[in-house]
Amino acid sequence: MGKRNFSVASLPGFGTIAIITFIFLYLPIVTLVVYSFNEAASMSRWEGFSLRWYEAALANRQVQDVSIRSLVIAGWAATLATILATMAALATTRNERRFPGQTMIYALINQPLMVPEIVTGVALLIFFAMIKIATGYQGLGYLIAAHTAFCIPFAYLPIRARLETMDLTLERAAADLYATPLQAFRHVTLPLLVPGILAGFMLGFVTSLDTVVITEFVKSAGQDTLPTYMLGQLRRVVTPEMNAISTLFLLLSLIAVTVFFLLSRKKA
Amino acid sequence: MSAVEMAPHGADTDKPKAPRGDIAWRWGLVAPALIVLLLAASGPLLIVLVYSFLTPGNFGGVIREFSTDGWFQVFFTRDIFDETVGPATAHLDIFRRSITLALYTTVFAAVLGFPTAWFIATRAPDVRPIWLFLVTIPFWTNLVIRTFAIQEVIRNEGLVNTILRSLGIISAPIQMLYTDFAIMLGMAYVFLPLMVLPLYASMEKLDFKLLEAGYDLYATRLKVLWHIVLPLVKPGFIAGSILVFIPAIGAYVTPRILGGGRNLMLGNLIELQFGQGRNWPLGSALALTLLVIVVAALMVYIRATSREEGRRHG
Repeated sequence: MGKRNFSVASLPGFGTIAIITFIFLYLPIVTLVVYSFNEAASMSRWEGFSLRWYEAALANRQVQDVSIRSLVIAGWAATLATILATMAALATTRNERRFPGQTMIYALINQPLMVPEIVTGVALLIFFAMIKIATGYQGLGYLIAAHTAFCIPFAYLPIRARLETMDLTLERAAADLYATPLQAFRHVTLPLLVPGILAGFMLGFVTSLDTVVITEFVKSAGQDTLPTYMLGQLRRVVTPEMNAISTLFLLLSLIAVTVFFLLSRKKA
Repeated sequence: MSAVEMAPHGADTDKPKAPRGDIAWRWGLVAPALIVLLLAASGPLLIVLVYSFLTPGNFGGVIREFSTDGWFQVFFTRDIFDETVGPATAHLDIFRRSITLALYTTVFAAVLGFPTAWFIATRAPDVRPIWLFLVTIPFWTNLVIRTFAIQEVIRNEGLVNTILRSLGIISAPIQMLYTDFAIMLGMAYVFLPLMVLPLYASMEKLDFKLLEAGYDLYATRLKVLWHIVLPLVKPGFIAGSILVFIPAIGAYVTPRILGGGRNLMLGNLIELQFGQGRNWPLGSALALTLLVIVVAALMVYIRATSREEGRRHG
């Protein structure tokens, strides 16, 4: 495109609004984090730096329980969704022309992104209630299944993106050298695909950790995850302990997203 | 990133056909994912449709008896004394508020998002991904936490009121939390990246020589913006608006936290029917009504983008 003339691209006031937007995006989060270190129990004034709310949060038995549950569900859901999404991505890329039904497959895979979470939540509440009565099973399986389905499109996107930018000639070269399709996949395609798969896993993991509404509807008694626990707590009087929990959770998401960002930038 | 790719793609045509065995193999690979999606996402939607035509049970759930009361109650009420039928004003108010708030949210996100996307698109190519990443970071942190963060800022003892009071601008705190404004602000905050990303995607492809040509022909900045930039970034604009409008109209968490108990939106009304309301058929009918609104918005989007595509290629 060549070098741009800056005055052509500049529109008055746009830079200012952009800066305001970035402040708008980060000010609430920074406030939240800063007040997690506040000595005072009330958030109306600053009484000095303290880690007491972190100690309180980490010692809170309920917080421990819901955090572990969140991580277990996210681990299962992201793993299962990544495996399913990798297979789906392999099936829907590297073809010159769409095969019959491919548009329908796209629609199904992207469906969780289009339907409002509350509608999916209601649907799963009804469906799982029927299964619960029929089988008597009350465990975490329902939440894992719901999260897995919801994470599939998020895991699928980076994997498909990776496959689409990959060099097809390498696979053909392997085939020319008498590699079986499985050998070609195992030794050529898969190693090249690993960054995409890891990125998909990270995105799925973060998505599962972020899922509130579906969890709220699907969970049985005593199956709160960290977000639904926080949602319940926010109705009551909030102490800076909530800020401390939020900050820790934020840190976890930030690490996962940064890993995703670095992986997806890696050139094929 | 992802928001842009979520948009449906135009079907690629005029390419050689795949062999038949290849297709069977591809279906086999994609089948497990489709089964999970059908069981835990798409399929249960049909059960919601069935439930919307049943009779509510006394303690939640349903009785297997056909009834159109669920759908009737979405729009109408029947007087308990004289059986006269009137519009369900309480529900219609919530519909109106949800749509209005979702529209305001979209406009607010566009007002902030358009200049922001422009700002990013006019940075040097190697720093653009970093600015984009900065926009998306808050998006990947938990919705409850982000809404809680907004609450911290606009509470009566929150950041804004504390600063205004210490500066002597106000003497009593401004009530922002638990208002419709709070819901709108919170939704704009949480969905803003969905506006910036598609806008950026269309601005990145913009040929800046066209702007230069406009200026050469003595167009003012406003004219260049209106007659050259806006028509060219229209697809991104439509995509961004739809991507913000859809989650906003179905929002549940943000109105629940920032709107307190009084300022309900559709999502909260649906939840109410499955909780205290114990009217699952009405809840199902409301959920499907929401789905219809969302599908209608998507249709508008698909029609608008396919027309744009047609114009570009044809």
